Formats: sequence, structure tokens, C-alpha cells
Amino acid sequence: MEKTKYEKIVNRHKPQEARSQNAFIAFVVGGIVGVIGQLLMEMYMKWLQIPQSEASVYMIVTLIFFATLFTALGFFDKWVNFAKCGLIIPITGFAHSMMSAGMEYKREGPISGIGSNVFKLAGSVILYGIVSAWFFGLLRLLVMGG
Amino acid sequence: MIYLYSFLFCGFICLIGQLILDNTKLTPGHITSIFVVVGAFLDTFSIYDKIIEVVGAGALVPITSFGHSLIHGALSKAQGSGFIGLLMGMFDLTASGITSAIVFTFIFTLIFKPRD
Repeated sequence: MEKTKYEKIVNRHKPQEARSQNAFIAFVVGGIVGVIGQLLMEMYMKWLQIPQSEASVYMIVTLIFFATLFTALGFFDKWVNFAKCGLIIPITGFAHSMMSAGMEYKREGPISGIGSNVFKLAGSVILYGIVSAWFFGLLRLLVMGG
Repeated sequence: MIYLYSFLFCGFICLIGQLILDNTKLTPGHITSIFVVVGAFLDTFSIYDKIIEVVGAGALVPITSFGHSLIHGALSKAQGSGFIGLLMGMFDLTASGITSAIVFTFIFTLIFKPRD
């Protein structure tokens, strides 16, 4: 009872400015990540002479590589704290969640530490992605015939 | 022009995520899971393919494209081999992303020391 009352008061006095500022930062940073993706994709298409479908794979792998590397080096956490959804929603957030879970549980050993905890945060994305994709795919097969 | 579209679309999705994060009690885990389901849903009617055609990488970078790739691979396999194709083709397009994330994570966790 006391706690809900307290939360209500806190919410009422939470600065509205911080929210709009957060939203603006997320928009700009997310947009920049999108532009970087497009730049990388066109660079790969030009350099390696490959179609867009293959270049997009190279682009995603590059983004994942840098997100995991920067997380391992320690400064990506600060970026995520600053940009929040601007870096969590792009594929960088997926890589960051796996890498930070791996680093956090490293001292518990390779099996019970890294092995069983790497998907602690990213697991829900994979689980709900697969279940929903399977369900919608089944619906489409049944209703529209593929 | 496609750079502007990429910026606007990817930024817009992140903006929606940030608004949900700030105004509800949902955690980033909830939001990314919801967005994956939304991406899978949009591709059920091939809407997401059309978005990718217009905005390019701006639609491939957000986590919604993960759901889109899952169902896209499953459906293209299902066209050849029926219902069992849904299970066979599920990871066809996302395999590269998941495998690279796992491999890089493993290598970097072995190399770098956690700091706290």
C-alpha cells in the first residue's frame, strides 16, 4: 500500500523533460545506426560485387562484431545507458545482451557460467520470435496456402 | 534519399521503443520480445518486405527484422515441403546473425576480463 502510494507520487514528480529528451536521443541514435547499416551494405555491395541479400548478412555480422567487441572493452554499456532504446532496439542490443551476460557470469566457469547464461536476456527474443513466426506461418499456410 | 528513409524508419522504431520504456513498467527485454513478434506479424502479409524495399537497411537493422527473417525463411521452405518446411526453414536467414553473435561472444569472453 505504502509502496504504490510512493510510486504514484514519484511518477507525478518525474520530470517530463527527461522523457522527451530520452525519446529524442533514442530517435537520433537509432537513426544513425540505420544509416551506418545502409552505408555498410552499399560498401559491401560495391567492394565484393554481391547482391543486396548477401550484403545485408555481411552488414548484420559487422554490427554484431563491433557491438560485442565494444561491450567486451567496457564502454558500450555507457553508450547503451545514454542512448537506451536507440541501441537496444537495433541488432546491437541483441549482441550486447549476450556479451554482457557472458562477461557477468564468466567467473562461474565455462559451463555453468558462460554456457548456461549467455542466452539469459537474448533467449526471450529467440523464443518469442520462433513461437510467433511458427504460429503466423502456420496461419498463413492454412488461410492463404503459402 | 534511401539514407534519409533509413534514418527516419530506424529512428522511429527506436523512438516507439523508448516511449514504451519510459511510460510503462516494461523492461527492455519485454520491448525487444514485443518488437520481434510485431516483425513476424508484419511479414505474415509480406508488408515488411515492401518496407525493406523502400527504406533499405533502416528496416534490416532493428530487431523487428529478426522476426521477419524467421518467418520469411520458414515460409519459403514451406512452399517446397509443406508444413514440415516451417520447422526446417525457421533459422535459414537468421542463422548468420545468431551464429556470429554466439561465436564472437564466446571468443571475446575468453579474451577479455570482466571489469567491475
